[in-house]
Amino acid sequence: MLSKISPSVSDALAGIADGATIMIGGFGLAGQPVELIDALLEQGATDLTVVSNNAGNGDHGLAALLAAGRVRKVICSFPRQSDSHVFDGLYRAGKIELELVPQGNLAERIRAAGAGIGGFFTPTGFGTTLAEGKETRTIDGRDYVLEHPIHADYALISAYRADQLGNLTYRKTSRNFGPVMASAARVTVAQVDRIVPVGSLDPESIITPGIFVTHVVETGDRPWIASGQFETEAEEAEA
Amino acid sequence: MTRLSRPDLAKRIAADIPVGAYVNLGIGAPTLVADYLPEDRNITLHTENGMLGMGPAAEGDQIDPDLINAGKIPVTELPGAAYFHHADSFGMMRGGHLDVCVLGAFQVSVKGDLANWNTGAPDAIPAVGGAMDLAIGAKSVWVMMDLLTKQGESKLVEQCSYPLTGVGCVSRVYTDLAVFEVGAEGATVLESFGESMDELRRLTGIDLKG
Repeated sequence: MLSKISPSVSDALAGIADGATIMIGGFGLAGQPVELIDALLEQGATDLTVVSNNAGNGDHGLAALLAAGRVRKVICSFPRQSDSHVFDGLYRAGKIELELVPQGNLAERIRAAGAGIGGFFTPTGFGTTLAEGKETRTIDGRDYVLEHPIHADYALISAYRADQLGNLTYRKTSRNFGPVMASAARVTVAQVDRIVPVGSLDPESIITPGIFVTHVVETGDRPWIASGQFETEAEEAEA
Repeated sequence: MTRLSRPDLAKRIAADIPVGAYVNLGIGAPTLVADYLPEDRNITLHTENGMLGMGPAAEGDQIDPDLINAGKIPVTELPGAAYFHHADSFGMMRGGHLDVCVLGAFQVSVKGDLANWNTGAPDAIPAVGGAMDLAIGAKSVWVMMDLLTKQGESKLVEQCSYPLTGVGCVSRVYTDLAVFEVGAEGATVLESFGESMDELRRLTGIDLKG
């Protein structure tokens, strides 16, 4: 049987070239593909465009990738955070390009890419500085702005369970950008807590079908789940 | 001046939220409104990072890093909660499925223009998050704010001087001194917590209707 299981995060990211556009899932820590971001730092590709909701926190993960000078441009909705000093410094020094996108437009532009939509009219941002220079149209009395899809070379996402066909389930609000990013990239890599046998995921519970996923890597239960504090129905069923 | 405290203002806003409504409470002061929504009103809270049926903030052993709200604060789930991805979540807002959204603001104009994402300071790192989506993301968009800045300038204005978040999107403004309706017809005082109409006109510099 076909297997999308990659033996390691570094194997899964080996093909990333300089100049690539990389989507990185997550909203805060929820759904952040921590091991994949660390592997991207190790991997060495540079001149990257990163598409993500935020632009890194503290000095680790995405912030470390930025600090290493590997990112040319960030497309995101909310770069400024209490501990986004790496991005803030690069931005003020003119060393990084920023395309600021309202969060819902960001999600929809990514969804549009995955769904083969060439552009869409959205009311979000109309009449604001973020819509300057963009085509507008009034449809049935409401004002809209034309937005274009965002495609990527790679999407790095985090999910809860995968099977070897790349079917994914998520856990609570860590789903966030995962499903849309998985559909919008040429290559999608999902890190998951556990890979389970084909047939053991309830087909009704699969959120991202394997058609959108290129590689899956098992990275182990995250600490708050490994501790057994948050046993889920699925785990009870497995036991 | 007779000022309503933040909790009392939150309580006042909560009283106006219809039974059975789907509601998004913006980051900051608006989250206080959640504390005054009685269970028997069957109000469902939405958080734009992908959840309906959000419960109170998580404490101690309840804290689950996979379960946070849009302010990235750990929260809990109520029976009947549902999770969905970001595009569905913002589609829910943009598509007009939410009944009420309560937001903070730097300024609101008498026509309902909202400025709440950027003060336009030249050295500021711009960040918009979901502000522009929320501004157009519910059937009713309400603002919760102090009427005056610390310097005594009115935040209800003829025209916003800060960069806009949305055009003509706000319908009601709840402040510590009064509640206003805003829109194409201008600003009307719905309720004052103590100030006379003349005093409210003097404080805002706006020809308010009563």
